[in-house]
Amino acid sequence: MSVRGSGPWSGPEGLPHRLARMSSLSRDDVAHLAGLARIELSDAELDRMVGELGVILESVAKVQQAPTDGVAPMSHPMPLTNVTRPDVVRPSLGAEAVLAGAPESEQQRFSVPRILDED
Amino acid sequence: MTTVATDAVMDYDEAMTKFDPVMGLEVHVELHTATKMFCGCPTEFGAEPNSQVCPVCLGLPGALPVVNEKAVESAIRIGLALNCEIAEWCRFARKNYFYPDMPKNFQTSQYDEPIAFEGHLDVELEDGSVYRVEIERAHMEEDTGKSLHIGGATGRIHGADHSLVDYNRAGIPLIEIVTKPMVGAGERAPEVAKAYVSALRELLRALDVSDVKMEQGSMRCDANVSLRPRVGDPLDQAQLAVPLGTRTETKNVNSLRSVERAVRYEISRHAAILDGGGSILQETRHWHEDTGITTSGRVKSDAEDYRYFPEPDLVPVAPTRETVETLRGTLPEPPGLRRKRLQSDWGYSDLEMRDVVNAGAVELIEETVAAGASAGAAKKWWLGEPSRRANAEGQDIVTYAAGLGLTPAHIAELDGLVAAGRLNDSMARQVLDGVLAGEGTPTAVADARGLELVQDDGALEAAVDKVIEANPDLAAKIRDGKVAAAGALIGQVMKEMKGQADAGKARELILAKLQ
Repeated sequence: MSVRGSGPWSGPEGLPHRLARMSSLSRDDVAHLAGLARIELSDAELDRMVGELGVILESVAKVQQAPTDGVAPMSHPMPLTNVTRPDVVRPSLGAEAVLAGAPESEQQRFSVPRILDED
Repeated sequence: MTTVATDAVMDYDEAMTKFDPVMGLEVHVELHTATKMFCGCPTEFGAEPNSQVCPVCLGLPGALPVVNEKAVESAIRIGLALNCEIAEWCRFARKNYFYPDMPKNFQTSQYDEPIAFEGHLDVELEDGSVYRVEIERAHMEEDTGKSLHIGGATGRIHGADHSLVDYNRAGIPLIEIVTKPMVGAGERAPEVAKAYVSALRELLRALDVSDVKMEQGSMRCDANVSLRPRVGDPLDQAQLAVPLGTRTETKNVNSLRSVERAVRYEISRHAAILDGGGSILQETRHWHEDTGITTSGRVKSDAEDYRYFPEPDLVPVAPTRETVETLRGTLPEPPGLRRKRLQSDWGYSDLEMRDVVNAGAVELIEETVAAGASAGAAKKWWLGEPSRRANAEGQDIVTYAAGLGLTPAHIAELDGLVAAGRLNDSMARQVLDGVLAGEGTPTAVADARGLELVQDDGALEAAVDKVIEANPDLAAKIRDGKVAAAGALIGQVMKEMKGQADAGKARELILAKLQ
């Protein structure tokens, strides 16, 4: 994937990501997002989500009215760089604790429904 | 869904008369840091499932990732070794997708701000010519978990099937190295692809940043291939100006041989489709090592909408120029130069050195020489039976030898036994067979099999006398100066001695008696 210089935080193939720019969602947008999140929504649910997500987007869109001329985009509230840790092992949780929250497990592994169409 | 039908392919040579191949290789390398990219979990290969997992790996609420300092240093060193520029400031990004191999529902990666970019690697081909691979970028990310798929052997997936996931690998530091489109290789494209991955592996090994074990998945290759109409020689301006064709991406090509075979197969497959008037579907292909073909994977569609955004839990990485220069000072001797130095130290011809490099035996020979063997013997033994058998098994020599427990120290010991006059060449071969069969060290095998040259010069002399007497014609020839006839007598002496004699000594004795 060739992305460097294709503009900040754009979608696949260098196209600006639509969702990052819109303040309203269509029913197709919601269906698309549901597909990506592998959530099955009924028609009624889709209609409801279009409305609910629309309200959230509109609220957040108010931020875009803030005057940002001359303000560099930021992705973190603290002016920090290079926060690292040494490459030293710390204890893991242990398989039992790790799997404690799993609805199902087998052979010390998380058991999940197989996802269609992928290896 | 997996396509079961075999695709049509065009003869490779014919394909090359009609099309010009372009490749792009993406190589993922697991760093061999002690801990993961963003947490202190260990990274040991083969540990009990889910035993090296913590809240950060699982993306549990409140878990806070922190970058592994050594991983960043390794990424910068890889970038520098690939002649890349190192970013003065860059960030991590979330690559959002919903698949159980990442419990967080995103992979922490880098998007349009890779740590290293715009580099190149000069790759030496078998005939000694050099192909420059342009590097687009090298970026930091984390590996995903490993899934075991239960049931559904046909590839059709229905409700009853499920997968079992182990997150030990999730979060292991990964560097993804992406080439620019590799053009101008022409019919040598498969060879160039293999040579690039081989050179990259050699470089990463020299950097000591990864185990680079393709068979264990610590180095993995995805090969993009496309064809465009052939209008001239690969490097002609007119040919280079032809727009690129649609590409396919063959995933998980996990041995050097497979890289070459997979690229070659895709070229032949694309050529058959294009020649028949069809068009290439931009898709992921799965490589099948056993049958040597690719099958259709997932079609690139809007399902691949990763909605990247800057990772809010991690702060930017901004290596100072001083840090970069300090790390530059830690770069090893470039493998190409190192090879030239070793070749000179070992006194190998260009051809001999190339054989050794192609066999992947440089390090084995280096260690064998360090263990006391002569460079000539080290090459002879490694490139002999062990190489032949490794080839037959479809493995590289290092993996093959490691699997059998054959070490450089063994070869040095074997060479020592020959040099000390205990074994002759054919006995040494038998001893090596024994070592390969797991019978123990060379000395132990020689002892157990009773292999030892007869050191008794009296017995040898008696055998020589007997053979000369039995072959007056041959003896006369040698007396007349036809030294070549000695070979037949030596053979008979060795037979007389049941193979347990030093052929060189026998020859000396025969000539001394007849000249």
